[in-house]
Amino acid sequence: MKKTLASVFAAALILTTAACSSDDSDDTPAANPDEKVALTYWSWAPNMDKVVEGWNASHPNIQVTVNKQDGGDPAVAKLLTAIKAGSGAPDVMQAEYQKIPTLVAADAVADIAKEAGDLKAKFPESAWNAVTLGGEALYGVPQDSGPMMFFYRSDVFDKAGVQVPKTWDEYAAAARTIHQKNPKQYLGTFSSNDPGWFAGLSQQAGASWWGVQGESWTVAINDATTKKVADYWGGLVQEGVIDNKPMYTPEWNAALNDGTQVGWLGAVWGPGVLEGNAASTKGKWKTALLPNWDAAAPANGNWGGSATSVTSQSKHKAQAAEFVKWLNTDPAAVKALAGTANVYPAANDATSVALTQPPAFFSNQPDFYTIAAEAGKITKPFTYGPNVNVAYSSYNDAFGKAAEGKKAADFGAALDTIQQATVGDLKNAGFTVAG
Amino acid sequence: MKTKGAPYAFLAPALVLFAAFLAAPIVYAGYLSLRRVKVSGLGLGAGARTEVWAGLGNYARSLTDPEFVPSVLRVGAYGLIVVPVMLGLALVMALLLDAGRTRVGTFARTSIFLPYAVPAVIASLLWGFLYLPRVSPIVDVLDRVGITAPDALSSSWVLYAVANIAVWGGTGFNMIVLYTALRAIPTDLFEAARIDGASDIQIALRIKIPVIGPSLVMTFLFSLIATLQVFAEPMTLRPLSNTISTTWTPLMKVYRDAFVRNDIYSAAATSVIIAAATFVISYGFLKLVGSRAFSQEN
Repeated sequence: MKKTLASVFAAALILTTAACSSDDSDDTPAANPDEKVALTYWSWAPNMDKVVEGWNASHPNIQVTVNKQDGGDPAVAKLLTAIKAGSGAPDVMQAEYQKIPTLVAADAVADIAKEAGDLKAKFPESAWNAVTLGGEALYGVPQDSGPMMFFYRSDVFDKAGVQVPKTWDEYAAAARTIHQKNPKQYLGTFSSNDPGWFAGLSQQAGASWWGVQGESWTVAINDATTKKVADYWGGLVQEGVIDNKPMYTPEWNAALNDGTQVGWLGAVWGPGVLEGNAASTKGKWKTALLPNWDAAAPANGNWGGSATSVTSQSKHKAQAAEFVKWLNTDPAAVKALAGTANVYPAANDATSVALTQPPAFFSNQPDFYTIAAEAGKITKPFTYGPNVNVAYSSYNDAFGKAAEGKKAADFGAALDTIQQATVGDLKNAGFTVAG
Repeated sequence: MKTKGAPYAFLAPALVLFAAFLAAPIVYAGYLSLRRVKVSGLGLGAGARTEVWAGLGNYARSLTDPEFVPSVLRVGAYGLIVVPVMLGLALVMALLLDAGRTRVGTFARTSIFLPYAVPAVIASLLWGFLYLPRVSPIVDVLDRVGITAPDALSSSWVLYAVANIAVWGGTGFNMIVLYTALRAIPTDLFEAARIDGASDIQIALRIKIPVIGPSLVMTFLFSLIATLQVFAEPMTLRPLSNTISTTWTPLMKVYRDAFVRNDIYSAAATSVIIAAATFVISYGFLKLVGSRAFSQEN
């Protein structure tokens, strides 16, 4: 922290003459091309410093230093503290999509629409919507995205004579068959620990939990669409054909590895998780698109993913925006993001420039990234609000209770609890909330 | 003049540290608890949020939060399990060690004390693994002999599961405190009792326990305060189960408000309430037991 502060101060002192220019044609960073600028970049993606080396080598006047963070939540907590303190924030910051409205509301990230130029066509609509909040401003450039995918144990499916489910009805039927043939096996689990996972499933069904209506926010966490999703899972948990234990526990890891969890509704980054937790099952997993509510109109949701934003404390907005744009759109950079930093780049052309080989854990599935690209293309738009954190922590509590009780009716009621907590928090803070 | 200033010079380091690291944060927390952020409209962009005075609004919200009272009751129930069990075990072990019946006294003392040296977070992770049925060797062994162990993290057992970690970690410390007090008792008391025909058990009940009363009061007070501040154990176990909510204890609610909801103002208010309650309960307890705790010499 101290180091960061010191370097930011140093940069500020040395470069007080730096002018923020809004005129940025592609290769000239600022008014004075000989001027040297040092930028700091907070990111938690592995090997991001190696990706940035490519930029530093070709841009001697804009040197970027990566400052490794622990993860999305601690990085945001640190950034918000720096914003409140008035100094200490980096120039560039990795920010998860669901955190962007919170950061915008705290005036922590800058609008770089003018500096970045028109990039809309380069990204999927859902990612673009997340960084613009549906307006004219641009609060970051999409870096990676997490289209949801269905992972399953093809050996178990073959043995049980189960086809890959195309609809949620088929998924439920498959869950029943698998659990009946072997009562120890489950096709999946309902996790009260992963609000982002459930948000993705609701997004697929067509929900958008927040929205902007004129000058006020709308909150629709307990709307009919999300209720449909909750009731569906509540029914399966009550029936006992889907497990009710949270994901990402030693228990869940063991279940993936010993073949009692035989399916996972994960996202494109899932192979890394499976490889780490269930290494001994390599070669037995396959992937497919998520089951659908309407087989005729396939849709998808997003779980995870982040953008690269310029903070409001940056003294070099133009240069920072140029770096952010390069990082997420330049073919070489996108390739490095995928190959070195191991993220799934959000850029539309990532599949053709960077992702020609399937991940090692899925070497038996050469079309892995073709499926991922399809999953990304059909991802529905979803708007996050300024208090996602409140809704998500309320999700943990409300669905924890519901999952423990194993009563279908409690799942729908849990949504009412979350809705109430979320709207209550917005109103209490003074936001205008419609309805 | 020089001699007059000397005491203050000696006191200065302590006073400065006290002011900087205890008094100032308390005052700042008190100040924050009376403030709040006011957002206008959509709350997006610069100047959309301002900090304003909130009066006692944060306190009112804290106390009327539907999660607050259950979390207080939960900690009460937790304390009713932890404090008697932990102090009971500590007392029995201290008496046994003191009775000198065992040759392995030093080893036993160290091994009972050792869990206290394990940080609460590590201890909770260790116990977490032992609680989760699929990875627990205990459940495995019980399974082999035909007993189906209950799920330790299910709603009917989770309170005991958390209490067990605290008992495991805290017994050793309290045992050492009580044992040290027992060693300080003059041996002529026991000799006199033996001559009068008292048995070991009678000596323990009639002499040892009353004499170490002040130490018992102190350990009780420490345990009480630790109970009110229970945080690390449930916080570490939370992601492993459905049954521990983000507001399971009052301190977890403070954490959630401050670092998950970014609402340091109501977190500050809840902290002040917890601090005040801790003070009232500890002070009330000391009043209740009179001055015994601090008057060993009389």
